[in-house]
Amino acid sequence: MGLIVAENLSKNYQVIATKVSKDYGTAENVVRALRGVSFEIEPASFVSFVGPSGSGKTTLLNLVGCLDKPTEGNLTVVGTDVLKLDRHESAQFRGDNLGFIFQDFNLIPVLTVYENIEYPLIIVKNTAAGERRRRVMAVLEAVSMVDQKDKYPDQISGGQKQRVAVARALVSDPKLVLADEPTANLDSKTAYAIIELMKKMRNERKTTFIFSTHDQKIVGEAEIIYALADGELVDKQVKGGKQNG
Amino acid sequence: MGNLFKIAIRNLFRYKRRTLLTVSLIAIGVIFVLGYISIAGSFKNMMIAQITDSSLGHLQVHRKGYMAAVDSLPLNMNLKTRPYKILEDVLKSQPEVEAYSPRIRFGGMFSTFVETTSIRMNGVYPDQEFKTVPLLTSRVMKGEKHLNRGEILVPELLSMGMGVKPGDTVVIVTTNQDGSVNGKKFTVVGILESAQGPGGRDGYITFEDAMEVLRMPEPEVSEVAIRIKDFSQETAFTEKLETLLGKELNQKGKPIFDVHSWEKLSPFYNIARMIDVMSIFVKIMLVAVVLISIMNVMIMAVYERVREIGTIAAIGTLPRKILSMFVIEGFSLGALGVVIGNFIGLSLIFILNLTGISFDFGRQKGLILKATIDPLDVLIVSGIVILISVLASLQPAWKASRMEPIKALRHV
Repeated sequence: MGLIVAENLSKNYQVIATKVSKDYGTAENVVRALRGVSFEIEPASFVSFVGPSGSGKTTLLNLVGCLDKPTEGNLTVVGTDVLKLDRHESAQFRGDNLGFIFQDFNLIPVLTVYENIEYPLIIVKNTAAGERRRRVMAVLEAVSMVDQKDKYPDQISGGQKQRVAVARALVSDPKLVLADEPTANLDSKTAYAIIELMKKMRNERKTTFIFSTHDQKIVGEAEIIYALADGELVDKQVKGGKQNG
Repeated sequence: MGNLFKIAIRNLFRYKRRTLLTVSLIAIGVIFVLGYISIAGSFKNMMIAQITDSSLGHLQVHRKGYMAAVDSLPLNMNLKTRPYKILEDVLKSQPEVEAYSPRIRFGGMFSTFVETTSIRMNGVYPDQEFKTVPLLTSRVMKGEKHLNRGEILVPELLSMGMGVKPGDTVVIVTTNQDGSVNGKKFTVVGILESAQGPGGRDGYITFEDAMEVLRMPEPEVSEVAIRIKDFSQETAFTEKLETLLGKELNQKGKPIFDVHSWEKLSPFYNIARMIDVMSIFVKIMLVAVVLISIMNVMIMAVYERVREIGTIAAIGTLPRKILSMFVIEGFSLGALGVVIGNFIGLSLIFILNLTGISFDFGRQKGLILKATIDPLDVLIVSGIVILISVLASLQPAWKASRMEPIKALRHV
């Protein structure tokens, strides 16, 4: 174990999960969503967790995203033992290190495209106005949404909303972006475009992307694919070869 | 903070109809309270002015113990020459005093040579009395608005009962301090309308005539009515006068004087107090309206935006900022209601004064209502509404800030 930890540290992994389990329900009626899952994710990876509904993908992403805590095991995200974070520290940690892309886009309806992207910089990061504008415009250009910046979420298409969500996730330069089924509500053409956009962002910014999906066509776009079934890691594929998890 | 306000205002406009209804409810509450305070307060102030300016004065000074026996108007409780001189010197040296009027009060018999009845009389120096109670002359319904030696101002009810009119000759008969009876003829110079409060149904003769009919060798004073320049300073001046006169002791080492503010002399004070209590109840009703409406809206807002709360929490918004966002939303609702309510309320008060609504108070007819409101009252009402708005939104805001992001994101 000591060797594994030493090796993990030397590689400076973005995520190290060691025998992570997650239970839901009461003592009499326990549902095991994750069963002793272990994996590591390197910086600037483009990783996908795949599996059918109920396999534990969302639970795993929630744990890595510090939205929930494991019942057992150890979990280090961006060099921080997230089990030790309290509610306030978790929020702070998420704001400083993580970006989120949601299946339903989850844009704030009363804010324009520009303001939605600006939101984390204002409310979470307290970034100065000039720097804010520079960063928002940069990500707006990167996701090709500059001409839509003054529109409200209900005035743009689903694909455009997800582009805005990608921009919002990236605007604060997070080390890790988590996307739970980011293409589930999009047609396949738009879904590919979003995945390509995420990959492009990873290439440009060296941000680690972890996304979950059950869409087999999209899965192929990931460079590392972890397969989950009944809460267990059953397979790991690295593009160009295959490794058993 | 500016951005939190921007988001709060946008959220309020997201549900336009609901926001409009809530703001309207708060505004109506503010209008109602401002209207009530201005009308009831003005009514109260007008009545106080009627009472103090018609007969009572703003405050009165008596010999210690006189008021306990006032029903019998005891002549042996009058202030003699020396203590009155002390009192007069004190009053003359006070910059707050506008005027004062020494009075001899006594009971007697009023006779028209055909009929006789009892009467309570005031012997006054007309110039001083008219300055101290300036509405006294306006109470003269018939006859002349002056009082000279040998003349009497007769109270309205007595004149009606006895069939007395200006120009008639009447006799005042009274018992002196030594127990002997004396009488004097007077010409009725005017008929006095009744006024609210003690002394409101008394007759008036000059101080010299009172001394003559009472066979007083030296001037004696039953009471001194005082008018001050600024009525709002009445309590402070009463306390000051009590302190100044409290130093004056008789041979037994007891205080010579007793100072009474109008509140202690007039039963209307209880009505005035009731008006104040009613104002408090009206404010409590406003608090309830604001509390319930804001709380209702904010609970709904939190319930409808659970996923949104989950999203902003997930991307790292600290719980205290989520709390602030909802509190600011409640604050903005209250502030909007206050601004609109104040604008409409103050405009209505202005229009009310332009229309010049009249009303009757007791036997006084056609009093013109002058609705006025103290800016401090506007500030207090506004402050209450805004404070309650913030307090009412605290619970829903707290709930929002304590939401687990993962549960909130799953909310359907």
